[in-house]
Amino acid sequence: MAGKGDYILKTEGLTKEFKGFTAVDSVDLTVRRHTIHALIGPNGAGKTTVFNLLTKFLTPTRGTIAFNGRDITRAKPAEIARLGVIRSFQISAVFPHMTALENVRVALQPRLGTTFHFWRPDSCLRVLDARAEELLDMVGLSSFAHDEVADLPYGRKRALEIATTLACEPELMLLDEPTQGMGREDVDRITRLIRQVAEGRTVLMVEHNLGVVSALCDRITVLQRGAVLTEGDYETVAADPRVKEAYMGKAA
Amino acid sequence: MIRPALYLGALALLILAPFVLYPVFLMKVLCFALFACAFNLILGYGGLLSFGHAAFFGGAAYVCGHALEVWGLPTPVGILLATLAAGVLGVLVGALAIRRQGIYFAMITLALAQMCYFFFITAPFTGGENGLQGVPRGSLFGLVNLQNDLNMYYFVLAIFLIGYFIVARTVHSPFGQVLRAIRDNEPRAVSLGYDVDRYKLLAFVLSAALAGLAGATKTVVFQLASLTDAHWHMSGEVVLMTLLGGLGTIPGPAIGAALIVTLQNKLATGPLSAWVPVVLGVIFVACVIAFRRGVVGEIQAFLRRSF
Ligand SMILES: Nc1ncnc2c1ncn2[C@@H]1O[C@H](COP(=O)(O)OP(=O)(O)O)[C@@H](O)[C@H]1O
Ligand SMILES: [Mg+2]
Repeated sequence: MAGKGDYILKTEGLTKEFKGFTAVDSVDLTVRRHTIHALIGPNGAGKTTVFNLLTKFLTPTRGTIAFNGRDITRAKPAEIARLGVIRSFQISAVFPHMTALENVRVALQPRLGTTFHFWRPDSCLRVLDARAEELLDMVGLSSFAHDEVADLPYGRKRALEIATTLACEPELMLLDEPTQGMGREDVDRITRLIRQVAEGRTVLMVEHNLGVVSALCDRITVLQRGAVLTEGDYETVAADPRVKEAYMGKAA
Repeated sequence: MIRPALYLGALALLILAPFVLYPVFLMKVLCFALFACAFNLILGYGGLLSFGHAAFFGGAAYVCGHALEVWGLPTPVGILLATLAAGVLGVLVGALAIRRQGIYFAMITLALAQMCYFFFITAPFTGGENGLQGVPRGSLFGLVNLQNDLNMYYFVLAIFLIGYFIVARTVHSPFGQVLRAIRDNEPRAVSLGYDVDRYKLLAFVLSAALAGLAGATKTVVFQLASLTDAHWHMSGEVVLMTLLGGLGTIPGPAIGAALIVTLQNKLATGPLSAWVPVVLGVIFVACVIAFRRGVVGEIQAFLRRSF
């Protein structure tokens, strides 16, 4: 993109130690704008920890993070979100005791600038309903708009999460295992959805389903024991014997 | 349909009540009902167990007593000033406590409230063990004499209704939506860009100020501000009232307060007077073990199941 350079996200020497155990080890990660980038690796490789570092839910032990060329290593989680980096969580992140519509509306609310207004009736939030319904429609949840989210099936919750994330108009979406624990049909639907919403944005996703990765991702970084093992497009990475070993090593 | 009818019925009962029941008793109920509703804002809707709300209730009681007795301010001004003071105290306590979670939040609010309590014991303007006695009730801008119990009752009822309305409005406001989201899933609210501590702090300050409004009004009713108002027992009682009535329901805490105050009054005069704490303790245990939703919560759940 003009002016802002090729890379939306760049980490240098990103490291996280837990009491002497290095969960993330000197990771240099660059994510190109308007791509879908996958972060893969065996369980415990440190993928979720990387997400927690990027969004400052954890503080890095060492290293720097730059978003759009701006150092965000010391920013607070909510600030990072407001800059346009919105994450999802490995376990579904919804507001269970609110309706699907209200879930999405919470993400839309800041644009009204009334989030601290305790003296106004919440009926003033109805101006957001049209946009919220549009987003729900996009993820196929129109008919669930007024259902309490706790009652929705798992796959629907994950779809709602994406709608809520989109409501923030993120420049960079971080999706942690968006298809985990889903049946075939849900996986296909979420895959189509991610491709659709990635239009004009950048997505960094953790994904175990290699079918999904090959279908969606432009670039793949493989993590093993906290460190980057290799990086490249799907064919390159899939052909790398070390990657096979890393996955087989886990199986054996 | 049913809800407005219920509210109108309750309002009619509250207007007629002083012709049947002792007005001072009713005023006590209303003051504690407001206190419990204020407390519910932070526990029921903010998800934070404050164990120090007596500091706001009692602190405002002293400020109001002092303002009326020593400074001779008009009654409504004294009450307003005390409410404001409780809000400011809420900012201070909240700023120190709000980052803590769960039991640590309860502990730090308790510790800070105990500090306030010891301050009230030693400070010169609180009257120490005697408290502030004979606080003048005064009048409403020289128009309505509040010395008259019936006049005073309607004044207290108006204050209660205003406080209740503020709580209900806050819960059903844009801010209330954010607060619900934070209580439901705090990390998600953060990841959507919300500075959750600020929202919790505002809820805490509103709760503290309204608790102060209740404490100040109580001082005017009984013409007395004392250490009892700021004692940690008071912080515990308001937890019990809220749980008994129904946590996170808007009318629940008011009903819980009415039940507890009635019970205390009935037991206080009978042979069981020494057993009041035990009875309250049993109710507390019953609420926690068998009866988690409280009176209003159980009724709502029953209605939802039946219709
Ligand atoms: N808060 C924490 N404290 C201590 N160890 C942690 C913490 N979070 C993660 N870890 C450890 O870091 C390693 C990487 O975990 P994680 O990032 O969740 O892996 P992945 O998402 O790739 O499966 C694991 O060994 C895990 O036990
Ligand atoms: Mg993980």
